[in-house]
Amino acid sequence: MSNTVTYFTGFRGADLLFLAEAAWGTLKLSALSIAVGTALGVGLGWMLAELRATRPILVPLLDVFRSVPLIIQLVLFFNFVPMIGLGLSPFAAGCVVLSAYAAALVAQVARAGIESVGRPLRRAARSLGMSYGQAMRHVVLPMGLRTVFPAWVGIVLGVMKDSSLVSVLGYVELLRASQILITRTQEALFVLGVAGAFYFLLSWPVSWWAARHEKRWQQ
Amino acid sequence: MNSNFHWRPVLRALPDLIQAAFVTLEVAALSMLIGVVLGLALAMARDFTAPAAAPARWLAVAWVALARNTPALFQLYFFGFGLGAWGINMSPLAIVLAGLSFNNAGYLAETFRGGFRAVPAAQMRAALSLGMTRMQAMTRIVVPQVLRAVWHPLTNQMVWAVLMSSLGMLVGLHELAGETQAQASRTFRIFEYFAVAAVIYYVVVKLLVLGARLMAWRLFRGWSPA
Amino acid sequence: MIQIENLHKKFGALEVLRGIDLAVNKGEVLSIIGASGSGKSTLLYCINGLEPISEGRVLVDGVDVHARGTDLNRLRQRLGMVFQQWNSFPHLTVLENVALAPRIVRGLPRAKAEEVARRQLEHVGLGDKLAQYPAALSGGQQQRLAIARALAMEPEYMLFDEATSALDPELVGEVLDTMRMLAAEGMTMICVTHEMGFAREVSDRVAFFHQGRIEEIGRPEEMFGKPRSPKLKRFLAKVL
Repeated sequence: MSNTVTYFTGFRGADLLFLAEAAWGTLKLSALSIAVGTALGVGLGWMLAELRATRPILVPLLDVFRSVPLIIQLVLFFNFVPMIGLGLSPFAAGCVVLSAYAAALVAQVARAGIESVGRPLRRAARSLGMSYGQAMRHVVLPMGLRTVFPAWVGIVLGVMKDSSLVSVLGYVELLRASQILITRTQEALFVLGVAGAFYFLLSWPVSWWAARHEKRWQQ
Repeated sequence: MNSNFHWRPVLRALPDLIQAAFVTLEVAALSMLIGVVLGLALAMARDFTAPAAAPARWLAVAWVALARNTPALFQLYFFGFGLGAWGINMSPLAIVLAGLSFNNAGYLAETFRGGFRAVPAAQMRAALSLGMTRMQAMTRIVVPQVLRAVWHPLTNQMVWAVLMSSLGMLVGLHELAGETQAQASRTFRIFEYFAVAAVIYYVVVKLLVLGARLMAWRLFRGWSPA
Repeated sequence: MIQIENLHKKFGALEVLRGIDLAVNKGEVLSIIGASGSGKSTLLYCINGLEPISEGRVLVDGVDVHARGTDLNRLRQRLGMVFQQWNSFPHLTVLENVALAPRIVRGLPRAKAEEVARRQLEHVGLGDKLAQYPAALSGGQQQRLAIARALAMEPEYMLFDEATSALDPELVGEVLDTMRMLAAEGMTMICVTHEMGFAREVSDRVAFFHQGRIEEIGRPEEMFGKPRSPKLKRFLAKVL
């Protein structure tokens, strides 16, 4: 971005690149958070489903993430880190909070998935001589997670949209970039239109891919 | 580490924050009310089959797709900056209300479609066979059953509206998050202020969920399982 | 009196009723038998105007059901209907299920409507279930509730659409007993049924439907004793 910042200049080709870079930022942030959040969430979901003793602690704890606005969670964490003498970039802080948020959502869904695989089927797996771990890995998790796949896709799309909130920490993702451009170019509708198109381009492949997989699994 | 925290100024500001929490509730409730009305209209428009109604159907399809596939903050910016470009300048309250109502309507349209599909067509036929008018059958037989089917998603959406209203902070509305930010920036005790705000949000959401459950119990107890 | 003249009914290209002529007199009990898909249920829906017709006429006490300007809501009050899937209203108590239509359709005051409802519910043996919700009732009880609900409108005719087909075998008897009781009280009834015992014993006449037409109609002892049509013979051989 070597443009000299002057006010009220029109929208230029370079600005599109600026938006594309910011969209890449949105994608990185969401992909990383979803990957970490899913791994963590499946583990937590397994604990909720299989280790009943963890429920009194885990259930209310995970509930906090769904009962406090994400924007508040972001501000809180970002301001907490320096208090314990650490430093985190807005991107890193955003990743941590989004991952925790995603994990809380995935945990609930993963638990439902695991619990959807009934006892008879587990017994059948064990009766074939599988160990608990084998039955979990080869039967319960693949089947259970498949049933909640649509819900997981919903979380993925949700996290991608919610990543826009990391802009409050100063990270320039898609929406923050649009805001900057709007201030400079005063072409709000056009910039928002482009940003909206980017969001569609990010979320449609996911929806499309999910719909295709769902169809294939139903057969 | 305790010495790092200063809670006293936050506690002094607590009455202001609680008052702001009521603004949050009002905004969320109002946006839900508008969202329900618009959502019902969109749900009906999506099922129009007449060729003349095609524009209404396409509007509904586009609305739902936009509301569900873009961030709520994007929608808020649209009503803020976007309409500003057409010379329509709205107050922060109007921006948040418009954005949230737009979002609620998009999600609730799908909820209502599902709710109406959950009531078997045979219920309408049975009501008609007793001599009820279509209107009577709708209001007395179908709608109460739809209400039960959508109660849970409706509650979720209300919780969502409360959480989303915190975006008001970014467009200058002094609801709970906005008021918290205003107070915090004066004192630089950002963590403490937002921690208290988080607790208030948590309590508000829990009370809402609890209230909805109690009402559901009163309204729907004894009904057949869904 | 219900008169049906040259009734045709098409669903798209499929012609379900192919020219029905039939008259049912006041006080008569008519049973309609025949294989599934022979158009029996559709006929009932055409009689109370829940399905539009393609051709012909249906007259109920001289009123043309499908004529433009016929007040169907008013007409349906004369025609009680009981469905295969009993269709009780799950959000209303047993008493409210029965009292609702008398209140909002007939315009009775609440107390009067509930009195009518209570009387009908006692009549079908549900007098002790008034405050329950349908979910707490068995299928047979829900079907009797549906009968009471229709009777509370004080109809002139009752249409039964396979009222026992969806019930567990052990619950069929209580519903048939209720229908028998109605017949004995002189109610005019058209019963689409798979219960040959009931058709034979309770009906004044039996109509056999085959592919959208009345293949044979007559008194039950003729129909079951010495059927003329080979199709009816084959049908009876299969179901009896």
